[in-house]
Amino acid sequence: MQPKTLKPEEYFVKDEPYYQPVDEEIAVFEAAYAQCLPVLLKGPTGCGKTRFIKYMAWKLKRPLITVSCHDDLTASDLVGRFLISGGETIWIDGPLARAVRHGAICYLDEVVETRKDTTVVIHPLADDRRVLPMEKVGEILEATSKFCLAISYNPGYQSVMKDLKQSTRQRFVALDFDYPNATLETEIIVSETGIDKNTASQLVKFAHMTRDLKGSGLDEGASTRLLVHAAKLIRDGIKPVTACKTAIAQTITDDADMLTAMHELSSSLF
Amino acid sequence: MAHEPLSTEDIIACLDECLEVEFSFVENETPAQAIVKLPRREQDFILNLTRRVAGTNIKLAYQLACHAIRALEAMEQHMVEAWAMTATDHYDRKGLLPAMSVIRDLDSFIDNARKRACGAVFEEQVSVLLPFLHGLSGRKLKLNSADRAYTDTETIYLPPILTTLPEMQENFLLYKATLAHHWAQIQYGTFRVDLIDIYSNDANSEIQLKKFYALEALRLDACIQRELPGLYRDMQMLKQKLNQLDNQHRWQDLQTILSEQHSSVHTSIELVDKVKLEDCPELFCYQGELQLHAVREIMNKRIEREKACFRVALSEVAKETLQQTACDETENTGEPTKGETAMFEIREPDAAQSAFNDGTVELQFEGELVPTSEHIRKLMSSIFVDFGEIPSEHLTAAGPDEYDLSKYEDSKLDPGEVWKDTYHKEGVEIYNEWNVQRQHYHKNWCVLREIDVQPVYDSFYQDTLTKHKGLLKSLRHSFEILRGEDKLLKKQPHGDDIDIDAFVEACGDVLSGMEMPENLFTKIHKEKRNVAVIFMVDMSGSTCGWINQAEKESLILLAEVLEILGDRYAIYGFSGMTRKRCELFKIKTIDEDYDDNVRARISNIKPQDYTRMGVFIRHITRMFNDIEADTKLLITLSDGKPDDYDTYRGEYGVEDTRQSLYEAKQQGIHSFCITLDEKARDYLPHMYGAANYAVIDDVAQLPLKVSDIYRRLTTG
Ligand SMILES: Nc1ncnc2c1ncn2[C@@H]1O[C@H](COP(=O)(O)OP(=O)(O)OP(=O)(O)O)[C@@H](O)[C@H]1O
Ligand SMILES: [Mg+2]
Repeated sequence: MQPKTLKPEEYFVKDEPYYQPVDEEIAVFEAAYAQCLPVLLKGPTGCGKTRFIKYMAWKLKRPLITVSCHDDLTASDLVGRFLISGGETIWIDGPLARAVRHGAICYLDEVVETRKDTTVVIHPLADDRRVLPMEKVGEILEATSKFCLAISYNPGYQSVMKDLKQSTRQRFVALDFDYPNATLETEIIVSETGIDKNTASQLVKFAHMTRDLKGSGLDEGASTRLLVHAAKLIRDGIKPVTACKTAIAQTITDDADMLTAMHELSSSLF
Repeated sequence: MAHEPLSTEDIIACLDECLEVEFSFVENETPAQAIVKLPRREQDFILNLTRRVAGTNIKLAYQLACHAIRALEAMEQHMVEAWAMTATDHYDRKGLLPAMSVIRDLDSFIDNARKRACGAVFEEQVSVLLPFLHGLSGRKLKLNSADRAYTDTETIYLPPILTTLPEMQENFLLYKATLAHHWAQIQYGTFRVDLIDIYSNDANSEIQLKKFYALEALRLDACIQRELPGLYRDMQMLKQKLNQLDNQHRWQDLQTILSEQHSSVHTSIELVDKVKLEDCPELFCYQGELQLHAVREIMNKRIEREKACFRVALSEVAKETLQQTACDETENTGEPTKGETAMFEIREPDAAQSAFNDGTVELQFEGELVPTSEHIRKLMSSIFVDFGEIPSEHLTAAGPDEYDLSKYEDSKLDPGEVWKDTYHKEGVEIYNEWNVQRQHYHKNWCVLREIDVQPVYDSFYQDTLTKHKGLLKSLRHSFEILRGEDKLLKKQPHGDDIDIDAFVEACGDVLSGMEMPENLFTKIHKEKRNVAVIFMVDMSGSTCGWINQAEKESLILLAEVLEILGDRYAIYGFSGMTRKRCELFKIKTIDEDYDDNVRARISNIKPQDYTRMGVFIRHITRMFNDIEADTKLLITLSDGKPDDYDTYRGEYGVEDTRQSLYEAKQQGIHSFCITLDEKARDYLPHMYGAANYAVIDDVAQLPLKVSDIYRRLTTG
């Protein structure tokens, strides 16, 4: 079994991704990168964190290696492990080690999902040592100034149990993301989907309605991502009310009354 | 298998028994004569229903038995049942006489039932209408029912039932339209002028007000058309169905003026003199009435309160900002000169952005944008709705002692008033309760409040550790064994490391010409306990003395050993007095660390009043919904049967508790009860199930047993 790994050059973002700056996040990220500081992106789901990091990878011309974290992720999954091939053992770098070696941006998405003992392997990388100890091969990888560590974290919905440890979070420059204001969000939807501006702005209004319901019936309001989904359906000929229902309402709740209420709201708008 | 109909004698005997004829002296002959003519199924139905109502009140049940036949002729069985339940509900809430009149006034119930079949009922729709209202922008409004629709600018009142149109769906639309119209009055500034001042001076004023109201409706319609075109279409459709469109067209010219973007309540006022009363369209179907005095009272109070809160909030922002700058510029001493009041400014959003005129304005201080908290944003959007702007006198930060905010806080809530209030109330949760006799939930019956326990920092914790030193040691040991250990699994197809033994063996195999085996890795198997447990501790008056002491010691020991396991746990005490005062005492929440504060709170667990149980189990079930765990466990420590001051005694209390445990089970929660009541074997198996309780005879054994039982419950 020959493991297939992408070559670092395949991780370059070739075309400029569309990213609409909301605040000073681009300048801050560039400064943090120049100063070799790791970055923590926090914010609700679907507000553009992943898109932003992709954009930064393109802008800084670095390969981007993304790891989606989950609770079974072990330290070996990040650092690397031995495999057996033709009667011999070979060492395979994990994504984190690969990123360090090639001076890539390593983006750990939803880092709180991992077990706490996994999170600690990034500690030496995230302070001024900037090294990745690989105990199993007895090697210490030193990161060059090109390497960058970024993690994301959604402070909203996890239980306190899954909160990031202070010792982890206090190593990062934190960028706070939120849904863009109405004008920007409308613009994003128009550029992402080519839908007309008027419909886009009604969709944004609908999103604000659901965000107002956060805490009184909904756990989370509609994200920018969902608006983009709805807009794509509408552009493809689906009625706006149906698009709001299937792409937005149904994905954020199962509660029958809330679904009806949201349906009434969207049919008021369109 | 069809049964023979009952004879008159059978029926009399049955009625005599359930109506306790020896004491009540009711005469059962007449109803029996009528019932005997029915088929057996209907006979049984009536007799059962009578028995259920008799559990509440004998006289009521007798009336029911007399009227039930006519009810059955006119309505389906489930409606007859609803009629009986309405009566018992009236009995609980208002007393015997109103309940009796429900039974006697059968015709109006039947009539209502017909209306309900096609009408929309507020109680049923409120769960949709309220989030709908909250989704519309602006102030967070409340919803309630009243005979006529109107708003006081804080609550929108809607009629309890709407039957204007033939279809239920249309009547629901009418609710929605009425709601939106009154929301629009608030949002688009109908009350930004004092209408009482303008329209109460001369004899003509009533007519003037009517004209104003008609014009204003057109203006608001136009606002709704701009913001909520879909809803506007529905409203037009309703008007068309009710032939209200024509009159509207008569005012075409005026409508054009009122529809302009910059028209306001003043536009309507100016136009009043230009129209004749005869030309006024009749009230649209979604227009309620103006209750100007209610509006004035509520508005004045709110404006004063919000101004105070806002200015105090600003003074805090100013203080923070100034401290910040003081830190930045070290040369400047940074002390703001006394007496100088901080002035804020408003930055209006660009005109292009004003699609949302919901008061999303930004706040500036000394030329810089300041970040606004949720609290400030809410206040701003409410103030904006009242004035259409943030008035400049609101924008000076309050002086040090200018306001006493406590004056504006809600006066302590009287639980008895809770139903009169609207559907959301801070700090109070309302639960149903099961009435076994009626086989029916009492809706919104119990009022539960979570209460903080004051920590008492004394030697209780140390004393307990010393007293149970030996026990604790052995408990610790047995819990350590339980702790989930990481196991190293060998010969795995995938894994973190190479299983050297397997590898060496495999190399031998390969050399001897065999194929390379696949299972050559080791893998750490994470044995993860994912248990969440909530302890509910009886704090009723009967636990006074030894029991209380033992409960507290048990909790300390348990917490000590649970820390070893890493299981998440919460501790709550419960007690109360009647359904209107159910109190849950917070000792440790699930995510709180076990620290000195928790210990000090355990130390202060004191006997209170009575033991109502169902409501607490329902509340904890709801809490568990937000807790993610593979195993959810609810353990109750108690000293006796559920028992409360009102009717929560005997069978009623036991059955409600059983029902609530059943509800918990449906949510995947395991319940277990540890009790000190020797008689518990009579009722606990019925409530908790045969294997889910333990009776402890000796109080002194409690600390040991509780931990021991816990260990047993959470392994294998
Ligand atoms: N500022 C922005 N510029 C361009 N597109 C955006 C922006 N914000 C959000 N989007 C749109 O929203 C979608 C979702 O964003 P993204 O996948 O980056 O969310 P996320 O913050 O990573 O969410 P999660 O936490 O769920 O991973 C994007 O695909 C893009 O269409
Ligand atoms: Mg993402």
